[in-house]
Amino acid sequence: MTVNFEVNGIARSLTVDTRTTLLDALREHLQLTGTKKGCDHGQCGACTVIADGRRINACLSLAVMHEGRKVTTIEGLGTPDLLHPVQAAFIRHDGYQCGYCTPGQICSAIAVLQEIRAGIPSHATEDLMARPQATNMEMRERMSGNICRCGAYSNIAQAMAEVAGVKA
Amino acid sequence: MKPFTYERVATPAQAAAAVLRRPGAKFIAGGTNLLDLMKLQIEVPPHLVDVGRTGLDKIDPTPDGGLRIGALVTNTDLAADRRIRRDYGVLSRALVAGASGQLRNKATTAGNLLQRTRCPYFYDTNQPCNKRQPGTGCAGIGGVSRQLGVIGTSDACIATHPSDMAVAMRVLDAVVETIDAQGRTRAIPIAEFHRLPDNTPHIETSLTADELITGVKLPAPIGGTQMYRKVRDRASYAFALVSVAAIIQKDGTGRVAVGGIAPRPWRIEAAETELPLGAKAVTDRLLADAHPASDNAFKITLVERTLAAVVSKAKAA
Amino acid sequence: MKFDRPAGHNPIDQLRVVGKPTDRIEGRLKTTGTAPYAYERHDVVPDQAYGFVVGSPVPKGHIERIDIRGAKASPGVIAVVTTLDMPRLEKGPMNAAYLFGGAEIQHYHQAIAIVVANSFEQARAAASLIRVNITGQSGQFDLSTQVADAPLAHGKIPPLDRVGDFDSAFATAPVTFDQTYTTPDQSHAMMEPHATIAAWEGGKVTLWTSNQMIAWARRDVATALKIPPENVRVDSPYIGGGFGGKLFLRADAVLAALGARAAGRPVKVALTHPFLMNNTTHRAATIQRIRIGATRDGKITAIAHESTSGNLAGGGPEAAVSQTRLLYAGANRLTSMRLAHLDLPEGSSMRAPGEAAGMMALEIAMDEAAEQLGMDPVQFRILNDTQVDPEKPDRQFSRRQLVKCLQLGATHFGWNRRNSRPAAVREGDWLIGMGVAAGFRNNLVTKSGARVRLGDGGLVTVETDMTDIGTGSYTIIAQTAAEMLGVELGQVKVSLGDSDSPVSAGSGGQWGANNATAGVYAACVKLRRTVARKLGLDPDMAIFAGGHVQAGGRHFGLADATRDGELVCEDAIEYGDLDKKYQQSTFAGHFVEVAVDAFTGEIRVRRMLAVCSAGRILNPKSARSQVIGAMTMGVGAALMEELAVDRSRGYFVNHDLAGYEVPVHADIPHQDVIFLDEVDPISSPMKAKGVGELGLCGVSAAVANAVYNATGVRVRSYPITLDKYLDHLPQVL
Repeated sequence: MTVNFEVNGIARSLTVDTRTTLLDALREHLQLTGTKKGCDHGQCGACTVIADGRRINACLSLAVMHEGRKVTTIEGLGTPDLLHPVQAAFIRHDGYQCGYCTPGQICSAIAVLQEIRAGIPSHATEDLMARPQATNMEMRERMSGNICRCGAYSNIAQAMAEVAGVKA
Repeated sequence: MKPFTYERVATPAQAAAAVLRRPGAKFIAGGTNLLDLMKLQIEVPPHLVDVGRTGLDKIDPTPDGGLRIGALVTNTDLAADRRIRRDYGVLSRALVAGASGQLRNKATTAGNLLQRTRCPYFYDTNQPCNKRQPGTGCAGIGGVSRQLGVIGTSDACIATHPSDMAVAMRVLDAVVETIDAQGRTRAIPIAEFHRLPDNTPHIETSLTADELITGVKLPAPIGGTQMYRKVRDRASYAFALVSVAAIIQKDGTGRVAVGGIAPRPWRIEAAETELPLGAKAVTDRLLADAHPASDNAFKITLVERTLAAVVSKAKAA
Repeated sequence: MKFDRPAGHNPIDQLRVVGKPTDRIEGRLKTTGTAPYAYERHDVVPDQAYGFVVGSPVPKGHIERIDIRGAKASPGVIAVVTTLDMPRLEKGPMNAAYLFGGAEIQHYHQAIAIVVANSFEQARAAASLIRVNITGQSGQFDLSTQVADAPLAHGKIPPLDRVGDFDSAFATAPVTFDQTYTTPDQSHAMMEPHATIAAWEGGKVTLWTSNQMIAWARRDVATALKIPPENVRVDSPYIGGGFGGKLFLRADAVLAALGARAAGRPVKVALTHPFLMNNTTHRAATIQRIRIGATRDGKITAIAHESTSGNLAGGGPEAAVSQTRLLYAGANRLTSMRLAHLDLPEGSSMRAPGEAAGMMALEIAMDEAAEQLGMDPVQFRILNDTQVDPEKPDRQFSRRQLVKCLQLGATHFGWNRRNSRPAAVREGDWLIGMGVAAGFRNNLVTKSGARVRLGDGGLVTVETDMTDIGTGSYTIIAQTAAEMLGVELGQVKVSLGDSDSPVSAGSGGQWGANNATAGVYAACVKLRRTVARKLGLDPDMAIFAGGHVQAGGRHFGLADATRDGELVCEDAIEYGDLDKKYQQSTFAGHFVEVAVDAFTGEIRVRRMLAVCSAGRILNPKSARSQVIGAMTMGVGAALMEELAVDRSRGYFVNHDLAGYEVPVHADIPHQDVIFLDEVDPISSPMKAKGVGELGLCGVSAAVANAVYNATGVRVRSYPITLDKYLDHLPQVL
């Protein structure tokens, strides 16, 4: 089946098996391997990409469902020579170790800061009617769908706090 | 994952008709639960009908002062909706207690209601499971049962319903609206939506095969202090051991539904009359018929203590 | 280079580059998704087909028949290889379970077939069509029923070790303590699953894989495939987490190679997460009895630690008593390890094998004994510190600052604010408690080699088969070479994980940093002498700094030495007997504060501090990350991690990342780490030791002790989940 969609601002047309997930379309067909396959079941967050402005698990989405839609992957955020500010903050704060969950963490971190700005509540939000703030607990709760087995959480929190301009 | 064909439809009626045409066909919207299960061949639909573009993604007021939530409204959008946050706080809270930010961005209102159990034996196709493969037995009974159900279960199945949202919907007396291939619509009270397992644990809802959920109606707001308290082993991104959805009024009366303990959100209206007497009285009545498995009797204590926390917080509010 | 005397002053001591909190040199690749991991190496070989592995549906039995007709006929399928196609493949010395071949099933999800197809989707679908007939056999899956009969575990570590006379000393001690603890089976749960691309060229095979120990992998692939090791190349530049789970050859590599041979095409294979938890290895559960006899003023006179674990035939015990032989003083000692046969998946190394599980028990016992003695647990540990190996008192520790770790930690953490009476501190609905534990893990030395090239423009390239599993190897190796050759960090390129490079220590046992950089040091020493001679300088006098070399008033650019071409030097660090003469260990003080919900018993870690004594810290930034990561794993072990055993069906039930819970962001607060300013000239020319496992050892007990301090309920069975103490919490209703 054919799917036409936009990946990192570039129109793409792919012929895929209906069973091909967005994740495998990115990694195997487009060879955009920055998006990682961890659990492949929505249990780790390594495959996080931004689809139509929202972060999702690329492993639990079929490629064909993205017909006409937009996807941004880690490759669309920055390059080694031109880092996104969140990528740079992760490096400064050593917000990674093995690096495998890192693209997902970064996609999530960028989306989390947007979600807070957009007023989307989280489990850590005290008052549902007040604007959520980029507090340590808000960011940690919202990042919890991205597992880092190396345990870089404390450093990621600091990297995000720096980008958000608040104390970690 | 077995091969399947895929089609996209534009309207709910087309969707229902499309599913009827192909035996075993399934609707797909967010896909976060269905694709997970398809990868493990727990679900093996030969055909998928993508209902994601049928326009059921609005939240509209109803004439009786409530809200009608489109089936495709994502968990994120539902939790963030100002009217939901203001008037149905228990629902907003339950939604953000579930899954992860990524999953909530994809997961839909209808899909959340239709989530299948997280029983580990259901998830392993090498093991017997009456829900997955009727007649094979239940490995959960006598197996690792810490997460499994304590009430409403049967000799055939002790799985729980994993949804947080559904627990809030139950305490709000939501109504599920559907359409079938003939274009007939139905309104199913949430209390009648999920079925208990008895001898047919594979039949989980009162939906027919070609029936598509189009939305969920919330009655007019009832005020009160609205809370959703979820207890789990880690602080986030985990299914509930026990959860309590509660709406407590100033006079101490209220409503309580419990998640994580039964094949459906567990609510017994008669037990709520005990609320002014405290959590123990409610729990005793709510769980009078409980039959814990080998590893999960603690859930009864945990329900009582979680409810006590909720009642205490309501008093403070 | 032989290292058989304590290091004197050397170029590393300049600390111009080494010892600095440098950002990782591969950081830009990892954060942009451009660092290549095993399964995604599209560039290395064309025409890659996809393999999908089929696992045994039962834990024990004999395969009668495998029907592959359905799979073979399935669309896109190129080849099917089953375990009945060949006899049991020979395994390497470190593996217990057989990886493939033959009809015997030793454990659940043992690999029994691979299907190779043109696409992943086709391979996965066809794999589900394989039908297998197995005559099942009953097995033993319950450690608790095996304790009484488990024999002593003979192996590298003495299974029974007695010093003095424990029995009479314990019998006559004024204060005695005797408790039993259990730790569960745990999964490495690294984010990147085991994955390999295999390609054959004639009789030679290349494996692009994810493995911590390149030389072992090469050797064991050769053994399994019955080909000479020189016909195997293994390449593993980036590894998405290992934690011991990728120390030894696993089924992905073997089956990729077999699948590629059968398909006549390169084949890529990744184990899936729901599959790998039973297919690969895990940290084995333990049952540990600890007895402590002491004087009334708290001097330990007798200490015994006896542990039982289980494993498959050929597997070893979880060496949970190791640290107890070295950590505290006491004249009369007994340690023993027993090993039961279990038909569960293979128990093997997971981060800090032995000590991690052992310290989980020992450091609760120390907390309990201190309380029984009416002593502060920090003081009790300090009082029983030893500066010599308690079993061989003439053998000193190379460096041991456990006391300082505990004292400094207590000060920084505000330990004096702890109420020693349990369940006495409350903030709203939260019960607050603090806990402490010692951290201990040995420092292991092992031969490690490297090759250093000085090329055009003074560019330095380091090549070694050392791996970086998130540990920071790339960066500390670059720092070492830059320091030694007097160049900037940016002038150094590092190539890791390729079996064509010199054999290194590899990543395991927290030995990688010290040994691998010492190997680079050795190669750099050789290169310095080569450069000096090339430039006509006295090698003993030459100073390398600022991209220049000078001696005797003569001065050259480093690049001048390459005017006739690249200079290449290779060497290895090889150790004498300093690790026999001295006990080399690393130490920590772990401090934790928790809040426990008085209603529900939910535990939230609020503060964590580790003070570490671990020799020279080569890069405080990446070393700190190692420690906080380990602390995070310690929280998981304390509060949630358990592979749940179905004792009749014989497998780990919660075999995915939703069922096997590891900590998430919300579980982990800000973490503090303090490294004591320390060098250990006995460990290596780098004067460094490991920290990656030290950061884990003791943390879980510190959490457990804090939970006890908060609630007054002592849980001796990990993980400390609320079902184990809910009934004992203060009444709230």
